[in-house]
Amino acid sequence: MIDLQTFNIIPVMPEIIMALMGMVLLIFAVSQGNKSYRIVSWYVVLTCITVGAILLRFPQGVSITFGGMFVTEPFAVFMKLLVLAGASLVLLMSITYMQREKIARFEYPILILFSTLGMMVMLSANDLISLYMGLELQSLPLYVLAAFNRDNLKSSEAGLKYFVLGALSSGLLLYGCSMVYGFAGTTNFIGLAEVFALEATPVAGVVVGLVFILVGLLFKISAVPFHMWSPDVYEGAPSSVTAFFAVVPKIAAIGLLIRVSMSAFGGIAEQWQQVLMLVAMGSMIVGSMAAIVQTNIKRLMAYSSIGHMGYALIGLTAASSAGVQGLLVYMMIYMFTTAGVFAIILLMVRKNMQVETIDDLAGLAQYKPLMALCMAVLMFSMAGIPPLAGFFGKLFVFQAAMAEGMYTLAIVGVLTSVIAAYYYLRIIKVMYFDSATEQLDNVEDSGSNFVMRASAFFAVVFITIAWPIVEAIHYAVDSLLFL
Amino acid sequence: MIEALAFYMFATILIMSALMVITARNPVYAVLFLILAFFNAAGLFILLGAEFIAMILVIVYVGAVAVLFLFVVMMLNIGQSNVKTGLVKYMPVGALVGFTLLGELIWLYTSWDISKYAVHQRLAPILAEDSEISNTHALGEILYTNNVYLFQLSGLILLVAMIGAIVLTLRSRKGVRKQTISEQVSRERSDVIEVKHVGFGKGVQ
Repeated sequence: MIDLQTFNIIPVMPEIIMALMGMVLLIFAVSQGNKSYRIVSWYVVLTCITVGAILLRFPQGVSITFGGMFVTEPFAVFMKLLVLAGASLVLLMSITYMQREKIARFEYPILILFSTLGMMVMLSANDLISLYMGLELQSLPLYVLAAFNRDNLKSSEAGLKYFVLGALSSGLLLYGCSMVYGFAGTTNFIGLAEVFALEATPVAGVVVGLVFILVGLLFKISAVPFHMWSPDVYEGAPSSVTAFFAVVPKIAAIGLLIRVSMSAFGGIAEQWQQVLMLVAMGSMIVGSMAAIVQTNIKRLMAYSSIGHMGYALIGLTAASSAGVQGLLVYMMIYMFTTAGVFAIILLMVRKNMQVETIDDLAGLAQYKPLMALCMAVLMFSMAGIPPLAGFFGKLFVFQAAMAEGMYTLAIVGVLTSVIAAYYYLRIIKVMYFDSATEQLDNVEDSGSNFVMRASAFFAVVFITIAWPIVEAIHYAVDSLLFL
Repeated sequence: MIEALAFYMFATILIMSALMVITARNPVYAVLFLILAFFNAAGLFILLGAEFIAMILVIVYVGAVAVLFLFVVMMLNIGQSNVKTGLVKYMPVGALVGFTLLGELIWLYTSWDISKYAVHQRLAPILAEDSEISNTHALGEILYTNNVYLFQLSGLILLVAMIGAIVLTLRSRKGVRKQTISEQVSRERSDVIEVKHVGFGKGVQ
């Protein structure tokens, strides 16, 4: 009765390995107690690397399985590799941090592993139901992680706030899915693509449904006007968890957004283009204006990431192959540079206490020249100063927008990145030209130091390795658009 | 005739009890009305022939969720007065948002249309009228076969929920009396029993 060909489990192997490793490590850690925290963390990093290696050896074509619910192609593989790399980087830099903060419990790496698994499911979703399942598997561990420092009032508040708003956005997303299903008679993306290729002007209800689905996904990447939660959650959550929030789930949500809008709703592109255009403009403006007045560096990074999501969405708004390519380049650079900045934030310790205001960095260049140099490089890159990585991300998305005739979007983007340069450069000014009042401690944390150096190195040498990366991304995007 | 009568009975009680849920002054009554609403909704599902959803509604919502609500309401000891504070203040804005949403939904559903290409995309075959297979049977047939991927994913989500609940609430306390079997077994008579000779007219020293 069941056709075994449609239930081929080979394409799902990476996910199965992740899930099994998660359960095995959970049993091991429960029997060993919290003293197994470090070893479990290292095993999770190892699992991410192994699964990444398996993904690299994957067959090149498109494979669809489980009755059309799961799809994998070079696009999904590329995004999953980014997610796995992000998760490993964040774990590397948080192992020692969690112990310093005395919240090192073995559930932390395991929750990160399950969240990463949820992201992989999201990236391979080819059906509204598997999309929803992946999204929930991704966000449920994040709610717990935000409240991980449960004796801290701010952390508990962050967890609760994130949970309530996340549940609301999931509800909207589900409501949107039900409307789309009611119209098209299917939840499968391939089926939806067929229906919307034929239906040039769908009824208003479907557009509302589509908008609700977009709202659910835009909430996850904290784009304006769904960004209210992010500064509070970023500030309240433990810094390593903030790093995870800022780096990894955004890649997964952007990947899903690309798949939903380009392949499932590709036929009615002009309907979602307007929405994304407004969201992109709003994100860029809020991200650059609101960050200027921030004194807490975690809040500043929250607004900075809102702004970055705005630039990234320009690429999707263009709804062209070049636009999606620019978006992927942007996300990749965003991931590596943000991880580096957060590694530096984790290293900001004074008298055995984590400090997080910008003024705490004063005079850093005089007593820790390497850390200050890395931070300066990353800040220049985020501001988009030419020879560094960040410039290329912006270049590609602006080029794609210009090619599609979206001049307003490109002009707003350039203007806001000039404004945003102010607060990035202010950090450099504080580090190099202000005098140090009290010095930061020397922290024994090889993980964070490694991520900081690797990330700054990446930002500098990106110009030399840009060509093969852009080629790989081109290949990945082609596999998606010909679905 | 009887079906129509049953429908109107269930529907009326459902709407009335739903209204009572949000207007009852005492939160415990509100939860009890919620349970009544669930039962009537289950009745409506049975009328539709969806007996599985009706069962789930009774088992999950009445059996677990509503009882949980009841526990929470009783433990939090919410006073009757503070439920309605701020009603006057928030009423105009709430009503405005509510009626706008209602108007929009009415407009959406009156202009609703199913795509003419939807028939080809239909997910599940519709069972014949005289089919012997019941709803529950049909669901059971596809839940663990066609939808095994989703089924396993929901299992993982529940596992994560369990880990999360433990992470956020479990605390190892001091002074908790735990059963240690080895200690119990190795108890000697001399550890716990002492024979005292009580003299006449004196208490135990």
